[in-house]
Amino acid sequence: MMISVSHITKTYNKGTIHAINDISFEVEKGEIFGLIGPDGAGKTSLFRILTTLLLADSGEAKVNDWDVVKDYKKIRNGVGYMPGRFSLYQDLSVEENLNFFATIFDTTIEENYHLIKDIYEQIEPFKDRRAGKLSGGMKQKLALCCALIHKPVVLFLDEPTTGVDSVSRKEFWDMLMKLKAQEITILVSTPYMDEAVLCDRLALMQEGKILTIDTPEKIRASYPLQLFAVKTNHTYKVLNELRNYKDTESCFAFGDSIHVTFKTPTDEKTISKYLSDKGDTDLTVEKIEPTIEDSFIQMLKN
Amino acid sequence: MRQLFVFIRKEFLHVFRDRKSLLMLFGLPITQIVLFGFALSNEIKDSKIVIADYSRDEVTRKITEKIEASRYFDVEENLQSAQQLEAAFKKGKIKMAVIFPENFAEDLLHSKKATVQVIADASDPNVATATTTYITQIINDYNMTSGNASMQPLQIIPEVRMLYNPELKGGPNFVPGVMALVLMLVCTMMTSVAIVKEKELGTMEVLLVSPFKPLDIIISKLTPYLIISVMNLFIILILSVTILDLEIKGNIFLLVFESILFILTSLSIGLFLSINAETQQAAMMGSMMGMMLPTLLLTGFMFPVENMPLPMQWLANLVPSRWYFIIIKKVMLKGLGFSSVWKESLILISMTIFLFTISLRKFKIRLE
Repeated sequence: MMISVSHITKTYNKGTIHAINDISFEVEKGEIFGLIGPDGAGKTSLFRILTTLLLADSGEAKVNDWDVVKDYKKIRNGVGYMPGRFSLYQDLSVEENLNFFATIFDTTIEENYHLIKDIYEQIEPFKDRRAGKLSGGMKQKLALCCALIHKPVVLFLDEPTTGVDSVSRKEFWDMLMKLKAQEITILVSTPYMDEAVLCDRLALMQEGKILTIDTPEKIRASYPLQLFAVKTNHTYKVLNELRNYKDTESCFAFGDSIHVTFKTPTDEKTISKYLSDKGDTDLTVEKIEPTIEDSFIQMLKN
Repeated sequence: MRQLFVFIRKEFLHVFRDRKSLLMLFGLPITQIVLFGFALSNEIKDSKIVIADYSRDEVTRKITEKIEASRYFDVEENLQSAQQLEAAFKKGKIKMAVIFPENFAEDLLHSKKATVQVIADASDPNVATATTTYITQIINDYNMTSGNASMQPLQIIPEVRMLYNPELKGGPNFVPGVMALVLMLVCTMMTSVAIVKEKELGTMEVLLVSPFKPLDIIISKLTPYLIISVMNLFIILILSVTILDLEIKGNIFLLVFESILFILTSLSIGLFLSINAETQQAAMMGSMMGMMLPTLLLTGFMFPVENMPLPMQWLANLVPSRWYFIIIKKVMLKGLGFSSVWKESLILISMTIFLFTISLRKFKIRLE
């Protein structure tokens, strides 16, 4: 096991706030493991415990068989960490930042250039620019380069693509896939569901607990009800009417449509009729396969 | 070693790329030394005085010439009535009047005694004392040189000698104080921000998850400021010697050595503040409030520590600049050697080691 966490608990403010509540999970070598959950679920605290920046109140955790308390120096030498907040030196240039991190890990850019080559080539035209003046996407690419430059065994990425444009996000994840091929284990948290499905396994966190751990496919397949999508130009009005329907189990706006489930099996016609009776005629109702986001919303509700 | 070197280089880049801190680092010492050395000096220069000569003989003319030749006074020589003099005093136009009565030379020749009246505007007592002292000196000087002294065996010649600062120059008094103040402020303020800045910007988080050791971080944070402060020291010394006409009487190497020691003490104070502060602002305020006032009040260059109540004197003993001020006065102004400042040096060394050790032990290797 590359990462093993058992019964980790972490509280703040003298035990009054439970950031992490008795969490256990394991991550295998070469796996991309995703942490998904709303703000305040405890993801960042978990990252900090695993990177030895925080001490857990109780429980044990190991990274590459190094204990996070006893062997903290080994972990600090051997892992790569990208905090949620941009944490490079804004007044140093791209190249200076990379050089600095390479040197303090006692390596050189040349030595591990093959690891970062694909991303670094994208930011290389700006290598003399100060890191603070880079765009959001380029900042994250640079931060990834800095976290990778010493060839870590595990990469900890705390919301690496938050606030980054979609093209850069895709490039970033292409990069992670290549790193996975090089057997680097990656623990990553993300608020984006399209990224979540790219992980090998996912853990859904809420209020310091893990609700479920599984592959994206199985999580999606576990969705218990038939899901309907309603498309209309009067989303708000229809949404309210569906919520007032006696049989409605859940109903929420999802992109440009409304996702709705019912307590008892039903079909498109029944729903269309109910809505047209209310005066909404210009709409389509269809059965759809749930996305991973639907599954999560379902789980968070229960 | 290579890591440390790269880290120190990075710290230099931080300093040189931040215009504000750069301005403070080099602007502050120069402004302070010029301000304290010139503008705020209590030295008398070109004081406006009037010489009212009712005698107009050879002796009075010679004395007048001597007074005019002195750079302390700006002499107006119109013969003025008592009323005119009084009006001029009241308006503050003149600081002093020197009045030679009629028959001055004759009186001196016959009765071996003549009186010159010196009236000073004592609303500023310091200036009044200083100017009358100068005039007395000039007249005494005339007595001695003109050979008239032999003709006046009964005359008492007041011999006032201002030790170490015969001309009551402002510079010598202020320079050691300003050196203490400037080095203390620059070192403490700059370092106090150095480590807390990384905490605030989040870079400490990345830095901690690396092989770097706390001692390395501290050393690389302090080195740039040490070097810059030594440069500052030389700027201050050069300015003092060239502009303020200060003569460094003691051994220059001893002076530099003691100054570096004091710089190290100040750096450790900044380090201590930086490690304990949560935000850059808190660190700044801590070093401004916590260091500026005690340094100004308790160092001894504005108010003599010996005259303070006992509790204040004890408190003053805790202020590093107080010891540095003593050292620098002894070495720079009195020309004494290491044997007379070893005690003060030892105090500074102990303070430095103490603060540095505490800081190193309190350095957080985790985020809480």
